[in-house]
Amino acid sequence: MSLTLLNVIIAVVIAIAFAALNAAYLVWAERRGAARIQRRPGPNINGPFGLLQPPLDGIKLMAKQLIIPGGVDKILFIAAPVLAMFPAIMSFVTIPFSDTIVAKNMDVGILMIFAFASMGGMSLLFAGWSSRNKYAMMSSIRAVSQAVAYEIPMLITTITVVMIAGSMNLMEIVHQQSSSILHWNIFPLLGNSHNLLMPFSFLIFFVCTLAETNRAPFDLGEAESELVAGFHTEYGSMGFGLFFMGEYANIVIGSCMTTILFLGGWGCPFGLFPGVWWFLLKLYILIATIIWIRWTFPRTTIYGLLNLSWKILIPLSLFNLLFTAGLIKVF
Amino acid sequence: MIIEKIKLAFQDLFPVAEPEVSAPEEKAEEPEETKTKKKVKTKKPPRLNGVIECNYTVHGYHLDVQVDADQLLDAVSIVDQAEFFIESITGVDWIKEDQIEIVYDFSRYDFDTCRVVIRTRVNRSSPVVPTITDIYAGANWHERETHDFFGIKFDGHPHLIPLLLPEDADFHPLLKDFKA
Amino acid sequence: MSSPIQLQPDETFVLNVGPQHPATHGVLRVKMEMNGEYIVNAETVIGYIHRMHEKMGENKTYPQYLMNLSRMDYLGAMGYSHGHVLVVEKASGIEVPERAEYIRAIMVELNRISSHLFWFGAFVMDLGGFSPLMYALQDREHILDMLEAVTGSRLTYCYFRFGGLYNDVDDEFVDAARRFIPRMRKSLIKYEKLVTGNIIFRKRLEGNALLSKETCRKYGATSAVARGSGINYDVRKNEPYSVYPEFDFDVPVYHEGDSLARYMVRMDEIEQSLRIIEQGLDKLPDGPIMPAKKPKLIKPPAGDYYQAVETARGNFGVRLVSDGTKIPYRLKLRSPTFSNMHLFDETCRGMMIMDALAFMGSLDLVIPEIDR
Repeated sequence: MSLTLLNVIIAVVIAIAFAALNAAYLVWAERRGAARIQRRPGPNINGPFGLLQPPLDGIKLMAKQLIIPGGVDKILFIAAPVLAMFPAIMSFVTIPFSDTIVAKNMDVGILMIFAFASMGGMSLLFAGWSSRNKYAMMSSIRAVSQAVAYEIPMLITTITVVMIAGSMNLMEIVHQQSSSILHWNIFPLLGNSHNLLMPFSFLIFFVCTLAETNRAPFDLGEAESELVAGFHTEYGSMGFGLFFMGEYANIVIGSCMTTILFLGGWGCPFGLFPGVWWFLLKLYILIATIIWIRWTFPRTTIYGLLNLSWKILIPLSLFNLLFTAGLIKVF
Repeated sequence: MIIEKIKLAFQDLFPVAEPEVSAPEEKAEEPEETKTKKKVKTKKPPRLNGVIECNYTVHGYHLDVQVDADQLLDAVSIVDQAEFFIESITGVDWIKEDQIEIVYDFSRYDFDTCRVVIRTRVNRSSPVVPTITDIYAGANWHERETHDFFGIKFDGHPHLIPLLLPEDADFHPLLKDFKA
Repeated sequence: MSSPIQLQPDETFVLNVGPQHPATHGVLRVKMEMNGEYIVNAETVIGYIHRMHEKMGENKTYPQYLMNLSRMDYLGAMGYSHGHVLVVEKASGIEVPERAEYIRAIMVELNRISSHLFWFGAFVMDLGGFSPLMYALQDREHILDMLEAVTGSRLTYCYFRFGGLYNDVDDEFVDAARRFIPRMRKSLIKYEKLVTGNIIFRKRLEGNALLSKETCRKYGATSAVARGSGINYDVRKNEPYSVYPEFDFDVPVYHEGDSLARYMVRMDEIEQSLRIIEQGLDKLPDGPIMPAKKPKLIKPPAGDYYQAVETARGNFGVRLVSDGTKIPYRLKLRSPTFSNMHLFDETCRGMMIMDALAFMGSLDLVIPEIDR
């Protein structure tokens, strides 16, 4: 795959389109899913099954006046929503959807994705700081402490997987698991390591994904019953829209990473017909689970959240890392 | 029975308790009296301080205590020691007698039911009574509300600003001579 | 005791929760002096929806004032009307037919369930769980439909009259109520599985905002706030009124004093109300719903009357000072949430804001009822 200008442009367009479409239609899916859980119809007026709702919402948001409240730090205030969306789109560049569908296969793909993921915290901090709003400020402090707390177990778990695969290349990691469900990192009975604790690693990673993307039950950054709307309290129009889309794009990336690291990427559970469809199937099952969780559980507290990370998840993931290292050394 | 106990405790507040003994009969007959002698309304003498045991089924409370403003804290201490909870504080504007009555309601949590009403009357021109927030913390809002509505000054209240009325309210709507 | 908030520069900041804030469920404002996430001091500011019902009481005749009571508390309006009609009936010696008393009790209990259901949904929403609200509203809808068919309105009922009722219930209502009871019991099991057993829910509420008996007494707290702190106090049992002595029901009491105890009390109360409705429907006597000699002009003899009733939110008291005319001389409404809310300032000190707002939810606030 030669890196020509055309290639890059097409890749970027596809990445943006994929991210935006996913973000828009995940909002629809979330609303329909929530409605189903809550025994009500949900958006069903615009188009069949309300499928025209997302574009109409987008048009509405874009048509609204962009209000910049007096006394805000203008540069940061405008930069924050862009920063929320930009890393999400950039991360798509290196995510492999199948053997052939990948914009740029990098040897340090994991590193790049985590580097961009940590920029998401910056956008929340900028938004909260620049809004000149106490609720936004408190929310951004929460969000950042949460991001810091959950990035650590997430990275440690990822290192465990990288150690098993012996590579930071996402393609390589998927190829290691492609044979069958028993080679997947979630149940690595036939793979490189025979670590029976990997399901716990998967759970840790999944929980961290929820926390990193500020999803319920860890949505403390935008706990609307306490902090009104959290860091985007002062945002309207497309500024709010970008935050909203960024959140869903982050969910997609988190689920992509879970799929790649633990669920064998585009590999079929039985080794048949590997391809992008398996990837998308796993991806959307994960996303549906995330939506389901959001509408079922109440919110945790900030101290409960931090305790969970520092007292449970980090020791557990560290232990698992050591255990895996030992297993690799022995076998 | 708690009613007798409390009644005895209150009797100590009134040194000359003897003349009050006749009061219960007077009060109990009052409803019938007003019915029969509707026309011949004789002007009743103002009620003296003291304890009256009331008919619960008619009035909804057991003991009716009227005290002077400076006896109020003692009276409230008695009900506090007997583990009563504060129900409400309110006022009644007796404009014809040029007095405002402040009414404190107390009740009990257990099944030995006893409702006590403590009243005190102050002059309309200088309505000042001591605060009971030191005894019942929950009296705070009730007193502020009564201050809003009647302009009664609760001496020693920590934060006597309008509660239900606007912050800058200088009127007292429940006074009978209040004109909107 | 609340004391005025003074700003201490560089250390704390003042957070205005309300008057428009999702957690306050109305126009309530709490000035919170915060140290980071911790509340140093709080001062509740009420009165944003004050309508001076008590002054209206001094300007309207007794029947004209009937509809004011249901405007106090839009969720449990029936109980408030009950207190008002009881005190006026007591004062003017009006006899109420037995059938009317039973129907009143059934209506009040139905309304209590609908109020508790709404509280349940809103409370879980305060904690971040959205779906239970929808389930609770669906169950509540059945009650509102039943009440609408009989009383003519869904929230602000003006159903009770001095001496009886505005409208008799028909067989359709009785059938609907009988159908409702098993359905509600099934829903209660569902709520218990969905919410009460949820670990996040329990972790957030266990040990949250402990209230001692002494605090409750000093503030005059009633309803689930008192009963969650181990105080066995329910006006229906302690000072029985209407036909409540005829019913066999329990008063749920929990001794923990935390928000979970208050939650459990209310959920158990739904079951007890169902029992009362069940017995009321079984015992419902035939007969008139208004006394044979309808009172034409209500003129209670001069005097001072008090009546307390147990509404969905606690001990609601009406003090009626009559001077023998057709207009009350003074009508004091003692609203239960006024006292319950007063606890908040003292209790929330040192708590984190999210715990404090969970505590606020557990108090079951209806702001128009505080402000009257």
